[in-house]
Order: sequence, then C-alpha cells, then structure tokens
Amino acid sequence: MIKYSNKTDGGVPPVSTASLPDIVFMLLFFFMTVTVMKDSTLKVANELPNASEVKKMEKKDRIIYIHVGRPTEKYSAVFGSEPKIQLNDKYAEVSDIGTYVLEQIGKMPAHLRPYATISLKVDKRTGMGLISDIKQELRKVNALKVNYTTYDGDAFMNLRKTDN
Amino acid sequence: MKNRGETPGVNAGSMADIAFLLLIFFLVTTSIETDVGFNRMLSPIDISPPLPYNDKNILLVQVNHNNEILVDNELVDITDLRRIAVAFIDNGGATLDSEHYCDYCQGERSVFSSENPNKAVISLSSERDTGYATFIAIQNELVGAYNQLRNREALKLYGVKYTDMESEYLNVTSKGRKAKLKEKIETIKRRYPQKLSEAEIK
Repeated sequence: MIKYSNKTDGGVPPVSTASLPDIVFMLLFFFMTVTVMKDSTLKVANELPNASEVKKMEKKDRIIYIHVGRPTEKYSAVFGSEPKIQLNDKYAEVSDIGTYVLEQIGKMPAHLRPYATISLKVDKRTGMGLISDIKQELRKVNALKVNYTTYDGDAFMNLRKTDN
Repeated sequence: MKNRGETPGVNAGSMADIAFLLLIFFLVTTSIETDVGFNRMLSPIDISPPLPYNDKNILLVQVNHNNEILVDNELVDITDLRRIAVAFIDNGGATLDSEHYCDYCQGERSVFSSENPNKAVISLSSERDTGYATFIAIQNELVGAYNQLRNREALKLYGVKYTDMESEYLNVTSKGRKAKLKEKIETIKRRYPQKLSEAEIK
C-alpha cells in the first residue's frame, strides 16, 4: 500500500509571525528616538506660523517655553476666546512672566544660565500687542535671548488664512 | 524520566503583544516637536538717548492692523519685500574716498540709500492688532534677504553657501574644523551684519 502524505494538499501554508516582535520593536525604537516626552499639556491652541529661513534651536536644556494662543475648546467657555499665555500647566498673566523666567533660569545649572533662551510658541492668530507686552516683561528681567519658534514651511502660507 | 536536565523553552508568543503595548504607550505620551525658529536678541532697557542715525541708513518697515506693509511710507506687497531689503542693504552708497566705502557691495550705490551694510538698519514696527503670522512672514523675508547676500559672499570667498556652513557648524564634531568654520562664518557676518530692530509699540 502506498501512503500519501496529506501535507501538501493544496492549502497555503500559514504566514510565519515569528518576526512580528522584531518588527514591532523596530517601530518602538524608532518612536523612542524621534519623539520627546510631553512636559505639559497644552491649554491653548498652538498652531505655529510657517517660515523657511529658520535656524535650528540650541539644545533643549537651556530653553524656556512660553505658549501663547486662544484657550482650547474645553476651556473657552470659562476663559473666553482672547489669546492667553500658558506657563507650565496653567494660564498666566503678562505680569507673571518675569518671575516665571527668573525661576526657570534659577533651576538651570550655572554654566548654562548665560545661554538661557526663551522660546515663544505663539499661535498664528495672535496679535502683536500681546507679544510686545511679553517682550517688554522679558526685557525687564534682562532675559534677552528669544526665539520665535515656527514650523518649517513656506512663509507665504501664513497670509492665506489670517482671518477667523 | 523525560526532560531531565533540559529546561523547557519560554513561550515567546506574547512578545509581540508586549512590544505593541510599549509602542502604543510611547505614541501616546510623546510628541514630535519642532525645534526651528528665528533667534532674536532683545535690546536691553536703556534710558540713554538713542544714537543719532542718518535717515538714509534706516529702512522703515511698518505693518498696520490690516496687515498691510509700508516701506519708507510706501505701500508694498510682501513678495517685493525681499528684493527691496537686498537693494537697501547692498546699496553701498558711500563714495570711494569715504572711510565707509564698501568694496564688495554690488548695489546701485545710490546716495539716498544706505552707505554701507555695516550701517544699514532695518527697523520693523507693528501695531497692537497686527497678526503674528504676518509679522513672522515679514521677518522671514528680511532674514531671507540677509541670507541671500551672505550666501553670495560665502560662495565668492569659500565656494559654499553661508546657510550650509551654518548647518554644518551645528553638526561638526572635530575641534579644528569647527574653529575654522567659525572663523569663516564670522567673516561673512562682519560683511553683512544682521541689523534688524523691532520697534516698541506706541
């Protein structure tokens, strides 16, 4: 008698999933290297303007962030729709900026303090008045290095939708 | 007895699930942030009276609350701004016998515009209701004008673009090379210093 093996009876062999963990790990490492931890949740809309003639910023350890924009939908019922300043995790007034910046500079190691840079992350629908007030506060505490943080892109894109 | 001396293999079937969990965790808690922008130095609060500046050495750029741009009191389109700024900085109006004579300028050498790139100041003023987006677009054009001139000089002197030198400077590791690059960058910067002032809002 002849025995037929029923191994190859026309069915497709199942795809091996043995390399799946390796693939996922690769993805994981990719995301771990290109992203950074969120240090604060944004309470303001923060769509930055585009610019093309920009420079890369210096290392993160010497940068102090100031976010400016309209309160997000969740908060707009309470705080209105006028642009507000966010420092760390909460809304702040213009007069709070000086203290905040000095406090942050104080937390830095001494050798970095002269290089402290204030990164202004300002939503593109904000008026220059508020920004001017912020700059004035920064000058008062002698924190003069600022960076208008933008997205990399075409600057003329900014002008298309300036209304609303 | 079976299996004596052999440890059974660990089941790796759930490894993929664990890795997925980690991946999703990182996706949720992190974000890709931008790290580009315009570096600016604010002027310190100073009560001494401003230095006298010759009118022809100042290019007055004003933006009103309708986001319209006035250059020396004339309405211009933002697409022309870069050209106007280049013409102004590169003018080199000082005469040959003057101490401010600019031998590398390629401008028109008009007597009504700036004398030397070292003296040319662009003053940018805005109103309270000017949009930040317009302000950044203007900054972009003005910085673009400086970059254009600096690139031209760098290509002439060293055969590389200034902007390429700058980005290389951030990545270069060898000390000797870095020092050399810095010297080149400084030379170009001395030829076309970025004198861009942001006026206070009145």
